[in-house]
Amino acid sequence: MSARLGNWAARHGHAFISTLGHLSRHALATSLTVIAISLALALPLALGLLVNNVRGLGGTLDESLGLSVYLKPGMSESQARALATQVRAQPGVGSVSLISAAQGLALLRTESGFGAALGSLTDNPLPNVLEVHPAAFAATPQRLEALRARLAALSSVDAVQLDRDWALRFNAILAVAREALLVSAGLIAAGVIAVIGNTIRLEIQGRWAEIEVTKLVGGSNAFVRRPFLYAGVLYGGLAGLLGFGIVLLARIALSDPVAALSAAYGGQFALQGPGPRELGLLVGAGALLGWLGAAVAASRQLARIEPRAA
Amino acid sequence: MIRFERVSKRYPNGREALSELSFEVPGGEMLFLTGRSGAGKSTVLKLIALLERASRGEVWVNGQNTAQLAARRIPQFRRGIGVVFQDHRLLRDRPVFDNVALPLVAADISFREIDRRVRAALDQVGLLGRERALPLELSVGEQQRVGIARAIVGKPPLLIADEPTGNLDATLASEVLDLFARFSAVGVTVMIATHDLALVRSSGRRELRLEGGTLAAATAPTTMGAQPATTALAGAASAGSSPPPPPADDRLPRDIATLVNPAVR
Repeated sequence: MSARLGNWAARHGHAFISTLGHLSRHALATSLTVIAISLALALPLALGLLVNNVRGLGGTLDESLGLSVYLKPGMSESQARALATQVRAQPGVGSVSLISAAQGLALLRTESGFGAALGSLTDNPLPNVLEVHPAAFAATPQRLEALRARLAALSSVDAVQLDRDWALRFNAILAVAREALLVSAGLIAAGVIAVIGNTIRLEIQGRWAEIEVTKLVGGSNAFVRRPFLYAGVLYGGLAGLLGFGIVLLARIALSDPVAALSAAYGGQFALQGPGPRELGLLVGAGALLGWLGAAVAASRQLARIEPRAA
Repeated sequence: MIRFERVSKRYPNGREALSELSFEVPGGEMLFLTGRSGAGKSTVLKLIALLERASRGEVWVNGQNTAQLAARRIPQFRRGIGVVFQDHRLLRDRPVFDNVALPLVAADISFREIDRRVRAALDQVGLLGRERALPLELSVGEQQRVGIARAIVGKPPLLIADEPTGNLDATLASEVLDLFARFSAVGVTVMIATHDLALVRSSGRRELRLEGGTLAAATAPTTMGAQPATTALAGAASAGSSPPPPPADDRLPRDIATLVNPAVR
């Protein structure tokens, strides 16, 4: 059993090494094919990273997804506090924080630069405000709208403003981008299968004499197909590796400008990935697509030499 | 070893290459298949190697009806047949060793065993020591001998050759025939398709002559013992060789009777 396994391994090792040798003897053609496929594979990875990074940016936005509840003027702070407790008990509410009229005025004084002008006010014109953040499960447009309506119906509430519109639009754009990513990944996968299939088809035609002789001396289809399947896997796998390298380089090239941009907005945003997971994914996907393309091409070509009784 | 029973072969282009061909070759015989181009020689060889299937009739090789052989069994079947080509069809980018080893590699034989058997086969054709040479570094006669080594390395009971001497001068041609005679002497059935009628006549072996896809004539073996080959093969033939057939004169009528199937019109 172990001898048979050793024989099997030796045979596949032999096929793999001889395929590697064959590809390296045709280094230029091999590189061109690998580069073409790697660019195709790099595209969805780059798009995926873009979506992921932008979504990471949006992660901080979820916190701003909330409602500002303006209470009726003239309400005392202790009344407002009682109302906050009441709102906190509402279903779908995650957290409630009270910004009292006095706090609001103080904030306005220190941060707006209108300190002197505000100093001349005798009364505080600001209302008490409750900042309401929905619970995670309630962060959908419909539920937020229901919550808004419920809060607006409270007698001591003057107005409720939903700070969600642009966040929701942003999420919708992200969802579209994700869909586009899936569609383009599917199209590119089909393209990679076609490119590798065609490359393998040409290789099979170039080595047709060898295949005929091999078949004639008793080589099975599996035996004849083996080096071509390895070639397909190598094309795809190497292209995946190169594609990952391309995206990594692009990220490195972009990280400084992005950091500068982020700093200009006072943010601390840094590009994330690609990591080992993306590397494995791209190499694995490339190898699988290469195998598929080669298998399709080889099966079609080899069917041509089966004997027929015409 | 080979039996054709009323075999017809029509190619997809409508050409009928063989019509109702019948003959039989017993195990261990060496014989020639002759006829003009287009007479059907190549088709006969292709049917034997199962490169084509018969349109009608039955082709039996090695005790198997080829029509009943499933596609996945064909590789195993072909390992029982050694094929030699006029242009030897060696792989030019591979050294002699790899060329000869191909049938064994394809048959999943261990590398140690392959090494031993390739050397043995090269020894038999007189090319031991040339394993690393590329085919184009060899002379035409040597290339053909590499092709023969590849055909016999798997020890097939049947050897078929398509114009194996076509590119060789008379001396090299007779050397190649000597080689075939040695294999025949140890029990291998050898069928050689050729144009070279002089070679056929001088060998004294049976000849199947095709004309228009059917058997035109068959001659029986004549002076079997008188070939130069038989002296050279003494060593190789020591184990399990069948004795050469008796002088053929008295067998002639019977042979023709078995050859020419009465059903052939």
